[in-house]
Amino acid sequence: MSLSRRTLLRTATGLTVAFALPRAARASTKTVVSAEVDAYLAIAPDGAVTIYAGKVDLGTGARIALPQIVADELGADIARIALVEGDTVLTPDQGGTGGSTGIPVGAMTIRQAAATAREKLLGLAAAKLALPADALEAIDGEIRPRAGGAGVTFAALLAGADLDLKLDPKAKLKSPAEFRFIGKPLPRPDVRAKFTATHSYVQDHRVPGMLHGRVIRPPSQGAELLSVGETEIPGARVIRIRNFLGVVAATEWNAIRAARDLKTTWREVQTKASSDTLYTDIRATPVIREERLSGDGTPDFAAGRVLRASYAWPVQSHGSMGPSCAVADIRADGGTIWSASQGTHRMRRLFAGFLGLEPSKLRVIYMDGSGSYGTNGNDDAAADAALLSRAAGAPVRVQWSRQDELGWDPKGPPHILDLTGALDAAGSLTAWESIAYLPMNTPGLPGIPLLAVDAAGLAQAQGRSAGLLAGNADPPYSIPAHRTLIRWLDDTPWRPSNLRAPGKIANVFAVESFTDELAAAAGIDPLQFRLARMKHPRGAEVLRRAGAAMDWQSRPSPQQPDSTAKTLRGRGIAYVHYKQAENFVAMAMQVAVDRSTGGIRVERVICAHDCGLMINPDTVRAQVEGCILQTLSRTLFEETTYTGGRVTSTDWASYPILTMPDVPKLDIILIDRPNERPLGAGEAAAAPVAAALANAVFDATGIRLRRAPLTPARLKAAMA
Amino acid sequence: MRSITLNVNGIDRPVPLDDDAMPLLYALRDTLALKGPKFGCGLGQCGACTVHVDGEAVRSCLLPAAEAVGHRITTLEGLGTPEAPHKVQAAFIAEQAGQCGYCANGMIMTAAALLARDPHPTEAAIRSELANNLCRCGAHERILRAVARAGA
Ligand code: FES
Ligand code: FES
Repeated sequence: MSLSRRTLLRTATGLTVAFALPRAARASTKTVVSAEVDAYLAIAPDGAVTIYAGKVDLGTGARIALPQIVADELGADIARIALVEGDTVLTPDQGGTGGSTGIPVGAMTIRQAAATAREKLLGLAAAKLALPADALEAIDGEIRPRAGGAGVTFAALLAGADLDLKLDPKAKLKSPAEFRFIGKPLPRPDVRAKFTATHSYVQDHRVPGMLHGRVIRPPSQGAELLSVGETEIPGARVIRIRNFLGVVAATEWNAIRAARDLKTTWREVQTKASSDTLYTDIRATPVIREERLSGDGTPDFAAGRVLRASYAWPVQSHGSMGPSCAVADIRADGGTIWSASQGTHRMRRLFAGFLGLEPSKLRVIYMDGSGSYGTNGNDDAAADAALLSRAAGAPVRVQWSRQDELGWDPKGPPHILDLTGALDAAGSLTAWESIAYLPMNTPGLPGIPLLAVDAAGLAQAQGRSAGLLAGNADPPYSIPAHRTLIRWLDDTPWRPSNLRAPGKIANVFAVESFTDELAAAAGIDPLQFRLARMKHPRGAEVLRRAGAAMDWQSRPSPQQPDSTAKTLRGRGIAYVHYKQAENFVAMAMQVAVDRSTGGIRVERVICAHDCGLMINPDTVRAQVEGCILQTLSRTLFEETTYTGGRVTSTDWASYPILTMPDVPKLDIILIDRPNERPLGAGEAAAAPVAAALANAVFDATGIRLRRAPLTPARLKAAMA
Repeated sequence: MRSITLNVNGIDRPVPLDDDAMPLLYALRDTLALKGPKFGCGLGQCGACTVHVDGEAVRSCLLPAAEAVGHRITTLEGLGTPEAPHKVQAAFIAEQAGQCGYCANGMIMTAAALLARDPHPTEAAIRSELANNLCRCGAHERILRAVARAGA
C-alpha cells in the first residue's frame, strides 16, 4: 500500500470518532499488517492515541468499549483516544462484525496490541528514568514511578517515532484490580450526535456529483427481463445490465418516480413453494448429509415413557428500521464505497472481483447505518450502487425501499427440529434425541451471493451461508443416553444469511420447550428439573438468580387453570449455555393470555446473564435488552410470507414487529466475572426467549405451542 | 419547474419542485440536506421521518412538500443542538436511549410534540403516543424511560 495514513486521513470522509474532542488521528506510513501493533494503534507526537478497528460498532457500544480497553491496557488518557472503524485502507482486516465476536475476538487483539505497546513504553521509560520497569506504571498517557515523582509522557518517550513493534501475544495483561475504565458504565460517544441530527449515517452521506439510484427488482425470484420502456422523468436515465435494471436521477424523488413509472415485462419462473406449505417443503428437501453434532450413544426409546414433538421456526427478515443504503463511486481504475456493511474488508475483496478492479484500488469506508443484526441488505445495496455508478460514470447513492428491504433482504432460514425423550418409571430423563433439519452452508463461501451481481450476469461464488445454525440443537443437561443429529438440507426457500443468533433461537425454542414437556410429563417443577441435570455451576447460578428474581414457586406446570377466568397467567423459564461454550443465560417470563382472543401479553421478563468480564455493563445491558425485545418480536409476530416466488410480507402491516405497548417490564441481572474471559453480548440472550415464552404460555393454558410465531390465532385455535 | 418556499427551523428556504406529489421528507433530506428526519418506510408506518408542522408531529414521508408551504416546519436539527439539547434530547442522551439510533428522530419528535401538549404524561400515554414509532434494535425500554424523564 503506497498511500500513507497521513494523506488519507486528510481526505477521509469516513468514520473517525473521537472519544471526547475530535482530534486529528495520527499519521503513519505503516501498513495495516495485522501482526504489527501499529495496525491497531497509533500514538501521535502530541500523545493522542488512535485505535484502528477492523470490526465496527453497529449501535452496540464498541465505540466506547474499545477506548475503555485501550485506556486501561495502554495506560492512555481516555479523553485523548480516537477510533477509526472498518475503513479498508486504515484498519486491519479483523473479519466481519458478527457472531458476537466484536469484544471476545476483535477487541481482545486490540487489547493485546495495547499491552505490547505499554510494555515497550515501560522499557523506554525505565531507561530514561533509570528505574526498573516494574517500579513504573502507565497511566493517563504517562509512565510514572509507582512510588510517586515526575513521570514521562508517551509523546516524550516516542519522540515522534512510530510504534514499530510486532504484536506480542504474551504481553502481560492487566489484572482486574488494575482496571480504571473496564467495567464502568461509561456513556457512548456517538449518542449525543445521533440524537441531535449531527451524526452522519450512510443514508445521509452525499458526495459531489452524486446521482440517486433505484433498482427495479424482478416481480419474482429468478425472473428474466424481457423489455424495458423509456423514462420520461427529467434527467433520469435507465441502466440495464442483462436482468439488472436501475435508474439514476439527479434528485432522489425523481429516481423514485422513474423507477416506479418504468414499464417492464418479465418472464417469471413458475414455482409452487409457499409459506403455507413451508414445513412440508422442508421435509421434502433432499438431505445432503447427516452429521452427529454431539452425543455418542444410540438412545433407547423402547422402554419407559416416550415423548415425541416437532418444533418449527419460519423464514424471517432482518427488518432493519432504515432500509439498506450505500454510496459508490466506481471508475475505470478504482473506486470508493461507503457502506454500513458488517464486513467492509470482505466487501472490498468480493467487489474488486466482480468489478474487475485491483483490490488495492478499491476502498470501502464503513459508515453507520440503521442497526443490522447479521448480513442484511447492505451488501446488496452496495452492489447496486457500484454497478449503477460504473455504468453512469458518476457516484451513485442507492436507497432501498421498505418493500425492497422486507422483500429482498437475505432471510433468516426456516428450521424444523424433531425431538424424542424418554422418562423412566421414577420420572427421570433417561434418553434424548434431537434431529434438526437445516440448510447446509457452502464450505468456504466468501460471502452470500449478491442480487445485483447475479442479475447482471457477473461472476461470483454461489452457495449458502447462514451462520452456525446447528448450535444448541443439543440439550445442555446431563442425560444418560443422548444424541443430536443434523440433517443438512440441499436447499431453503429464500437466500439465507446469518440473522442474530443464527439457528440458536429456533434450536433453544425446541430444546428448552421440550425440556419443559418432559418436566411436565414427569410432574416435576421445570426449574428443579433443569437444576437437577445442570452441568455447569455458572449455569446453575443464572437459573437460580432468575428464579429468585421471579419469586419462583416450585410446582409442576401447567397450573390448574381457573375455568372461569378471562385472563390466564403463567410463568416459564428457559436456559442456554450459548453454543455450549460461551455465555450462560437464564430467562424467566410471566405472561397473560386472553382466553377469548388467544392474545399473549408478556408482562415481565427476567434475564440472568453471565458473559464473563464485562467491559461496559451499560452497553452489555443494552445488548441484552435488544436480544430480548427483538426476539420477543420474532417469536410473537414475525413470519415472512411468500407465494409464487415473491415475498408478500413487504411492509410493517404484513410483517408486524413489536411495538411500544407490547414492551414488558425487563429485569436484567448481569453477573460480572472479572476474572473470566469476556464474551459477546449481542446474541446469547436472544436464544432462550422463545422457549421461555412458550413455556409460560403452557403454564398458563396447558397448551404447548410448537410453531413460531405464537400468534393469537394459533393459540385460540389450540384452546378451542 | 416551480419553486416553493418552506419555513424550516425558522428560516424560509426555497425548494425547487417538479412534482407536486413529492413528499416533504425529500425536500428536507435531499434538497435541504437535513439529517434529522429519516427514511424508514415511506408508508406512514414507522415514524422515522417525523417532523413538527406547526408544532404537531407529522409523517413527512406522506405529507406533500407543497402542502407544507405556509406552515412552520421543525426538524430534529431545530429542536436543539448538541450543546443546547431540547429536554427530550437531553433525556435520551442521559438514558442512552438508542442503539443504532435510526428510530431516535421519530421517537424524539413524537415525544416532544406530546410533551408540548401534555407536559407530564402517564406511562400509558407515552406508550400509546409512541405506538406507531417502531424500533428494531430493542431500545424501547430506554426510550420509554427517557420520555418519562423529560416529562417528569
Ligand atoms: S418513513 Fe415515514 S412513517 Fe416510516
Ligand atoms: S435504536 Fe435502532 S431502530 Fe431504534
